[in-house]
Amino acid sequence: MTGRPLAAIAAVAVAGAALAWIGMGDLGENLVYYWSPSELVAAGAKAHGATIRLGGQVEAGTVDWNPDTNQLKFVVTDGQEHIKVASVGAPPQMFREGIGVVVEGTIKDGQFATDRVMVKHSNEYRAPEDGEKPDIVTLSEDGP
Amino acid sequence: MISILGRTLVLAALAFAAAGAVTGFAAGASHSPRGYAVTRACAVGFGVSSILANLLMIYALVTHDFSVHYVAEVGSRATPLYYTIISLWASLNGSILFWAGVLGLYVVALAVGYANKHREYMPYTLAVLQSVCVFFALLVASIANPFAPVSPVPLDGPGPNPLLQNHWLMAFHPPTLYIGYVGMVVPFAMGCGALLAGRLEAGWIAPLRRWTLVPWAFLTVAIMLGGWWSYEVLGWGGYWAWDPVENASFMPWLACTAFLHSAMVVERRGTLKTWSLVLLLSTFLLTLVGTFMTRSGVFNSVHSFTQSDIGPVFLGFIAVCLVWSVGLLALREHTLVGAPSRGSVKPVSRETMILAQNVAFTVFTLMVLLGTIYPLMKEAYDGTRLSVGEPFFEKWALPLGTVIVFLMGVGPALPWGGADGAAGTRRLAAPVAGGLLVPAIAYATGLHGPASLLALGVSAFALVSAVRELVEPVLARRAAKGESLGQATVKVITRTHRRVGAHIAHLGVIMTTVALALSAGYQQSVDVTVKKGDTFELAGFVATFTGAVEIQEPHRSAVGAEFTLTRDGASVGTSSPRLNYYPRMREPVGTPAVYSTPSGDLYLSLMQVAPGGASASVRVLWTPAVVWLWVGVVIMSLGGLLSAVPSPRRRAAPVVAPAPGAAT
Repeated sequence: MTGRPLAAIAAVAVAGAALAWIGMGDLGENLVYYWSPSELVAAGAKAHGATIRLGGQVEAGTVDWNPDTNQLKFVVTDGQEHIKVASVGAPPQMFREGIGVVVEGTIKDGQFATDRVMVKHSNEYRAPEDGEKPDIVTLSEDGP
Repeated sequence: MISILGRTLVLAALAFAAAGAVTGFAAGASHSPRGYAVTRACAVGFGVSSILANLLMIYALVTHDFSVHYVAEVGSRATPLYYTIISLWASLNGSILFWAGVLGLYVVALAVGYANKHREYMPYTLAVLQSVCVFFALLVASIANPFAPVSPVPLDGPGPNPLLQNHWLMAFHPPTLYIGYVGMVVPFAMGCGALLAGRLEAGWIAPLRRWTLVPWAFLTVAIMLGGWWSYEVLGWGGYWAWDPVENASFMPWLACTAFLHSAMVVERRGTLKTWSLVLLLSTFLLTLVGTFMTRSGVFNSVHSFTQSDIGPVFLGFIAVCLVWSVGLLALREHTLVGAPSRGSVKPVSRETMILAQNVAFTVFTLMVLLGTIYPLMKEAYDGTRLSVGEPFFEKWALPLGTVIVFLMGVGPALPWGGADGAAGTRRLAAPVAGGLLVPAIAYATGLHGPASLLALGVSAFALVSAVRELVEPVLARRAAKGESLGQATVKVITRTHRRVGAHIAHLGVIMTTVALALSAGYQQSVDVTVKKGDTFELAGFVATFTGAVEIQEPHRSAVGAEFTLTRDGASVGTSSPRLNYYPRMREPVGTPAVYSTPSGDLYLSLMQVAPGGASASVRVLWTPAVVWLWVGVVIMSLGGLLSAVPSPRRRAAPVVAPAPGAAT
């Protein structure tokens, strides 16, 4: 190919420019921060508009689920700070007071708005400890 | 007993690989036929030992021999036989052993299949290949030893990770991925061999491309199977989330696809040699980076099994391979000989389109790499824990994907060397017409998303171009030779299968693109909580909740919600999403119920069942055209395999300019 160096230089320049644009431009706008309630409060104004993965415990006595509107409200705490969470959708099966959760969303009107509630679990696979019962809910046990 | 036998096999594999690597380099330098014969014998020895070690581990799993460490780790008497066998890749040490086994298959295939071919660079190739084998055999023999004895012998084990025994696809996604991933080591070794041998005749890259197409085809399907598994098991209704482990499989695929195209320029024009090798060596390095990301536990996922020491060791190996690749290219690049240059190239030519395609694929690869490793670098730098969100990837994947599909339509329409302005315009007229007409029709029928219309437009453009490339030779042959349409089709496929395969792969890309655009752009979802007898509606379906059921199986229990489905008033069956409880997992693993139709999938994911089964909460999604995504990727892969079949006529011929238009 005649003019090969020219074509190659052009190709490298295009690739480099595109990457610089990608890297500088909007990587920063699309970050998801992993924060605890304390870190969220400490972040202050920086937290507004950012996508946040908030991890903590569901505070006892705060769970309010309305099956008709599919609105789920609860408070996530790490023992120090308390964040009100408003969620859309049914709670996951294992969702309950005191359990660890991760919610992904943004701060909206002073609340943490999310449509993704995940019950936190360790991916690490471990054998149950002595006396530990597998956490199985059966229909007959809890039946009416 | 099995521990000792397994250890012996692993050590034998290590010894064979080490001996083969040494004799291979020596035979490459001295051109000794005897040395080459020993190298090939060692390669076969490594392959047989590592394959036997895998079979032995399967035997230990099936017979529940809990005196073997790996069986005690992932085995369980309650696990069904099917999932017991595939437990071979359910945890770290087994998966490394399986890796060595797949490596063994490739090494044997190359040592036996290419015994008398490419004698200039085969000794070096086998030497590099077996050096990689040494690394994996060392891993299996040391920190990832699955055969370590266990004492006292437990009576039973915990069974594999519940997520991995929840769907039959788990038997297919990992092996196809391994065949794809591990297979990239073969073209890597051949590339290194070509550089080490030096001064090869122009045809050196053709076998290299063929050996790349096979793992490419498997990797293509494996990525799709991973997405399909995620869709069928994880319950969120999507198939791709730009998760680090997904990106890990996607990056080598991108680099490899770029190489498959640039290699054609090397064959035809003798240029882009160094660049093609950069892509090829990068592909292999990216498979190592991907393995590191998925296996070391730096990213939390179903692929990171437990904390292990394997991360730093892998990083070390990546560093060695990187230094080796860069050093080899820098020192030996000048020895590559290309096809003689044949005249000048016009700016609008197939070569420049392939160059543009390469730029797009490279930017795509680096964009995914940046988004994937940025969180790691940021955490190492200042301890901030974060991830790069999907919008970043989507924002860049859309324009890059559009450019790639567009170029896929332009490239084949242009001749090698370039067309003058008028001829080029004529060739592009029909595709452009298709590319404008289809979005117009789609708009008229109610599709208004700009991204989807754009995707449909470039897809139609590329479709017209690819179909013409497939149909024109058949019609020309029929006219010239007076054959029937069927005869001409068969002759064209058998005589130019490499070219036909490429265009079939392109058709697969087009189908995939359309399915991606429709499924991502027109998904509908609703979250509902229903009492017994309640109904809900979505996308023309009406579902009635008929009650909850409790299911007991030996290895798990489950609750299911039963729904009857009607579509446009007619009954179409039942849907039973369920939540499975495994004894050693705290939270349930879902099995969404997917009702697939050619126009789309109705997807029910059970969120929870109220005590007593009085009510159930489900997330319901309607995803258009998603079936065609799986089908399109399979077509892409089959096209690649067709293109990889060696052509008997071509092999005998000296490597000179093929007839114009005979190959893509």
